Amino acid sequence: MASGAGEWSTAQMDDYETLISTTDVELLKRAWRNEKAAPEILPFEEALVKRAKEQIQLMEETVDEFAESGHDPLIASLYQMDLDRAQFLLRSYLRVRLQKIEKFMFYIWKSDAYRHRLSTEEEKFGERCIRDIGKHLEETVLSKLPDNYQSLLKQSIISEEDDMVPEPQLDTFVVAKCQRATRPLFLDGSRQSAGFDNRDDHFQMVPGDLCILRYRPFQEELMSGNISLV
Amino acid sequence: MAGQSDPHISLFSAEEVEFMAEDELIEIVPNMRMDPLNFICGDFGPFLPQIATPVPLWLAVALKKRGKCAIRPPLWMSVEKLTQVLEGERDSQGAFQALPFHYVEISRLLFDHARDDIPDMYMVRSLIEDIRDVRVHKVETSLEKFSGTSAVKIPNLSAMEVNIIRPFVGRALQAFYKHDNPEKIPDVDRASSGQTRVANNEPRRPLRR
Repeated sequence: MASGAGEWSTAQMDDYETLISTTDVELLKRAWRNEKAAPEILPFEEALVKRAKEQIQLMEETVDEFAESGHDPLIASLYQMDLDRAQFLLRSYLRVRLQKIEKFMFYIWKSDAYRHRLSTEEEKFGERCIRDIGKHLEETVLSKLPDNYQSLLKQSIISEEDDMVPEPQLDTFVVAKCQRATRPLFLDGSRQSAGFDNRDDHFQMVPGDLCILRYRPFQEELMSGNISLV
Repeated sequence: MAGQSDPHISLFSAEEVEFMAEDELIEIVPNMRMDPLNFICGDFGPFLPQIATPVPLWLAVALKKRGKCAIRPPLWMSVEKLTQVLEGERDSQGAFQALPFHYVEISRLLFDHARDDIPDMYMVRSLIEDIRDVRVHKVETSLEKFSGTSAVKIPNLSAMEVNIIRPFVGRALQAFYKHDNPEKIPDVDRASSGQTRVANNEPRRPLRR
């Protein structure tokens, strides 16, 4: 992938080999697992979802043809099963994202970086959600409170931050599998507390490794596909 | 939300873990003739009588249910191999033996749907159950060694085992982390759990030694 400039190493060639031999279902499954396991919303897999939709549509037509032509019912049912599995993955992937959008909508809308992770449809959904929830809370609760407590995002006007906005908890722990060797990482890069035991603060994974890790320091590794969540 | 686990209870339901395992490849020996299948998840076949061919587990089970094939149990599912694994599992306290990531689900599916294809099926089943027990016990004892760190390697742990320990270990490590870095995580760590923290305003008493 686009990780290194210049010539391709053998490891990258291997990557390429596995990449072209990996089916979209496999990629979709990975995206689904990552999305389910990650505490925040991940970038929308636009190209992958588009391809998956096309393949599903094509398969639906094939299955319909089978039904009409009175083809061997066994084969038709096998194709139907394959179709069902792909559809389940796609639906579940999209649903997990919608759940996250519902949960973190105000937070996502505060930052462009997060907003850009959504698809156009998801953005529309989020906008509608914010409008409706905002209106609902306004009408049922906020408008009946004293002036100082009417903000949708803040507990009261003396709050300095938007303290009524749920934020994704990036310090949750996730289980990850290593796909490609990661760079050695300094786990406490952002840590300030003195006296922390520094013995194993640098950490590296090789393909196949299975780890429980704190999500935050590994965000980039996940986005670049070096690790996947299970 | 049919067909999808509630994310608040457990990340993946047992059915979802099984779903993932069903994509693992396994060899079948068909007893009929069938053209290659061009699935979304890949191309399989052609299917010829007595010629072994690899297919995903779900397809193997579907064909087996209709009496169209025999399933070849994977190499690790033999009495000999499993006895070795069990011994290794008992000998080494800390480490886990290498088994397929989905060994629990694969063996379970085969026991349910292809019992006549597994030689010494009862022996194999009890060996796998023993291995599972030993491993789960080992997971529990090795949890004692976890301390406040950001990453722990858990080599050879299987999908089902990961799924079982995830809620507990995840929260435990998070708690360790939180106590190491009180400034990092706001006190409302589970906004979704609906628990209010009334006790927070109480004056704190220093711990006596």
